[in-house]
Amino acid sequence: MNQGAANMQWEVVIGLEVHVQLSTRSKIFSGASTAFGAEPNRQACAVDLGLPGVLPVLNENAVAMAVRFGLAIDAEIPEYSTFERKNYFYPDLPKGYQTSQMAHPIIGRGEVEITLPDGTTRTVRIHHAHMEEDAGKSLHEDYSGMSGIDLNRAGTPLLEIVSEPDMRSAEEASAYLRALHAIVTYLGISDGNMAEGSMRCDVNISLRPRGQQTLGTRAEIKNVNSFRFVERAIAFEIERQSELLEDGGIVVQETRLYDPDSDETRAMRTKEEANDYRYFPCPDLLPLMLDEAYVEHQRSLLPELPSEKRHRFTGELGLSAYDAGVLTASRPLAEYFERVHAVCGDAKLAANWVQGDLMARLNQDGLDISESPVSAEQLGGLLSRLADDTINGKAAKQVFADLWAYKGESADEIIAARGLKQVTDSGEIEALCDRVIADNPAQVTQYREASEDKRGKMIGFFVGQVMKASRGTANPPQVNAMLKEKLDALL
Amino acid sequence: MHDRTLAELARGLAGGEFTSRELTAALLERIERIDPALNSFISVTGEQALNAAERADSARQQGKAGALAGLPLAYKDIFCTEGVRTSAGSRMLDNFIAPYSATVVDKLERAGLVSLGKTNMDEFAMGSSNENSWYGPVKNPWNSELVPGGSSGGSAAAVAAGLVPAALGTDTGGSIRQPAAFCGITGLKPTYGRVSRYGMIAYASSLDQAGPMARSAEDCALLLNAMAGHDPRDSTSVSRAVPDYSRELDKPLDGLRIGLPAEYFGEGLDADVEKAVREAVKVYESLGARVIDVSLPHTGMAIPAYYVIAPAEASSNLSRFDGVRFGHRCDDPASLEDLYKRSRAEGFGEEVKRRILIGTHTLSEGFFDAYYRKAQQVRRLIRQDFLDAFDKVDVLMGPAAPTTAFKLGAKADPVQMYLQDIYTIAVNLAGIPGISIPAGLVGGNHPTDHRPVGLQILGPHFGEAHLLNVAHVYQQATDWHQRRPPVEGQA
Repeated sequence: MNQGAANMQWEVVIGLEVHVQLSTRSKIFSGASTAFGAEPNRQACAVDLGLPGVLPVLNENAVAMAVRFGLAIDAEIPEYSTFERKNYFYPDLPKGYQTSQMAHPIIGRGEVEITLPDGTTRTVRIHHAHMEEDAGKSLHEDYSGMSGIDLNRAGTPLLEIVSEPDMRSAEEASAYLRALHAIVTYLGISDGNMAEGSMRCDVNISLRPRGQQTLGTRAEIKNVNSFRFVERAIAFEIERQSELLEDGGIVVQETRLYDPDSDETRAMRTKEEANDYRYFPCPDLLPLMLDEAYVEHQRSLLPELPSEKRHRFTGELGLSAYDAGVLTASRPLAEYFERVHAVCGDAKLAANWVQGDLMARLNQDGLDISESPVSAEQLGGLLSRLADDTINGKAAKQVFADLWAYKGESADEIIAARGLKQVTDSGEIEALCDRVIADNPAQVTQYREASEDKRGKMIGFFVGQVMKASRGTANPPQVNAMLKEKLDALL
Repeated sequence: MHDRTLAELARGLAGGEFTSRELTAALLERIERIDPALNSFISVTGEQALNAAERADSARQQGKAGALAGLPLAYKDIFCTEGVRTSAGSRMLDNFIAPYSATVVDKLERAGLVSLGKTNMDEFAMGSSNENSWYGPVKNPWNSELVPGGSSGGSAAAVAAGLVPAALGTDTGGSIRQPAAFCGITGLKPTYGRVSRYGMIAYASSLDQAGPMARSAEDCALLLNAMAGHDPRDSTSVSRAVPDYSRELDKPLDGLRIGLPAEYFGEGLDADVEKAVREAVKVYESLGARVIDVSLPHTGMAIPAYYVIAPAEASSNLSRFDGVRFGHRCDDPASLEDLYKRSRAEGFGEEVKRRILIGTHTLSEGFFDAYYRKAQQVRRLIRQDFLDAFDKVDVLMGPAAPTTAFKLGAKADPVQMYLQDIYTIAVNLAGIPGISIPAGLVGGNHPTDHRPVGLQILGPHFGEAHLLNVAHVYQQATDWHQRRPPVEGQA
């Protein structure tokens, strides 16, 4: 059965728990570095190793980042929050407990606006967000019969953002995840690098008959680490659960893992097997008190947020909701676009080029916007020349290719060097048109004999010849008009 | 030399009467001779001690020696000491060489104190008789059939036996004050947060506090001067100015208001102990103090509340001892679970296991509110009892323990053992400071029948300077603190 059919009968209910790694330089409770990629256990100090006698000290930067996230989603920031210990044994959990927040998390209720592919927006409510430390990693390769433990990641600050079960499709879940990604990268509180695990999520998903109020039994899919995998995992779960329910079965509350290789989720453990984490307040950390002055100070440090930018792009700049959504997906992209726009002054032109030619080349070369060989200023300069008719669209593509290949410092330099300046002198254009008409008597005859609607298409041949003769520099609309006038005079 | 106080030894060093090396060598010789019968040390670090003594001597020659330079002391084996085994009295850590030093150890080392070694203790500080040590029980220097008290029994016995002039202990429910009372020395538990806990192996983090154990209140003041203060590595240490604890030792006690809590003189209190304590109070009256009867109505709930909170914290604190990264690991584990189970089963003693089980149970889902939350409520009431009392009086006085030292093996029932701490435990729950000073010898006429009695004096939070003053003035008027056990006879 396909997903569409399942959706006819069942309503899908999805909530996400997203772990965002905060980009502090040191760990949440120790001074060890959080940099990615070091040799195993080189970035684990006595505190991270959980040596006897060590104590945690809360990283103030991590607190500031969490608070800024809270402000960005318009959440309650309680004056008082506490840290709790979540107790369980695992080899990569050095202390035998994870320091987390449970009873009084740092961030209360808030909401995130999401944009769906069709440009419509929705609101997903946030239940809370809490701070916690990451665990280490178990390495199962290279140690025959044993496991290696790398505690470099142990103690990395995480913000766990828990949504309400407000999403109704894989698309919405993915859009929500993208919205969170945009927020945390705009805030600069996370690099958002999903491949390195800086952002990963647990998906809670259940089905219920349409119209039913109570929630169905949910499955939790753990540790999904890409936008696409989230969509795939949800699609698989919808199918699995709907088949189960339609066959008269029941969904068991359990934790599942998504395997990207086989594109399926597999049961990990059921509720009965779940740990009793024995949460209790961590006696080594005092309650965290945040006064209004502190929160207001953090607010003053907030940049323009994705939703604010999106609204400005559609409102002030007149972009479509779709364009605004694409351009604000990441802060570097939005800022690139804004710089291009600032230089060329034409928002739609800038939006088309950034999303079109630029993104295509970046994707082709596997580059990030921050690595673009063409700077926003260079692209802006190029688009200025397009906007003021100095060059035509064809020449613009050529200039862009040259800029990409570092064949010039600026569009103006390349235009001058290659003689791409558009010919707008009507005398010059007229001479070219006359020559092309004189040189192609057969085509002229065909044109004269054709019906009116065919003639419209046939004129393209002459335009092409004129452009060729001008080495692409003639102004195409002018050429078009001139040719039409001259050819129609021959009818 | 072995009978002198720290203050006297400091004068001897300053006056050139002897060097730190001579003093250290003499005490090491004495330890070697006497301690095999007492078992008060787990590790004697003779070579390091002599080196440190020589450094202190040469600093003195260069005129760079501080007031405490060259004075010997010992650390309860719960303080991490870099490069030295730190066992916490447990088989679990028999092979653990601490890679760093506790903040207090660092501070005292910088002050020039010379560590002779690590003293015996109840495993992970759980016990009141020092019988729960992997390294065997400690004998009371007054009589080898008696326990020295616990859990800082090794420190108390070593100081009483003249093996070292002072030692550090830790006090979670009476573990400094009760052994000080049993061995006839002076022991101070500071206010919670006054001394850093960093590097002190945690038993119950919200109750643990390090303190000095010595032959006089004056000596405790000297040590506390070097120990106290905020530590950026311990979030629960308080940033509050540290007074000079030696300065007001001699302040007259005219008008001192002494509160005698009715609950500390009730059923279960040994008649001889009560008599000695009341006589001590009379001495205070003769020194100008006034006695006021007070009540601490929630005293009876202290032991039950403690035996919920302390084991809960301990069950979590001791999770890190899993055989994975350090400490005892069982031979040939068949699986991860087997590694955990056998390492912990073999590494921990009976009492530790009992408390881990109690704590695990009380934190479990469904029990948390009935136990842990309720115990925290009781804790607040107990704290309020003290605050109310200190509205009316300056200090509270009573016995440090209901009896004098009991025989080894006399208290096989854990609950009987827990009742030992009836007068000390509430103090930890409230976080206030307390001191136990020698206030009499009871028992027969023969020297080996003498059993010391401890007078406990309690003050409001951060009232250490006043407590030490009250204790010191008494020690100027009496000589109980100068009585020494007949150790040589036993040796």
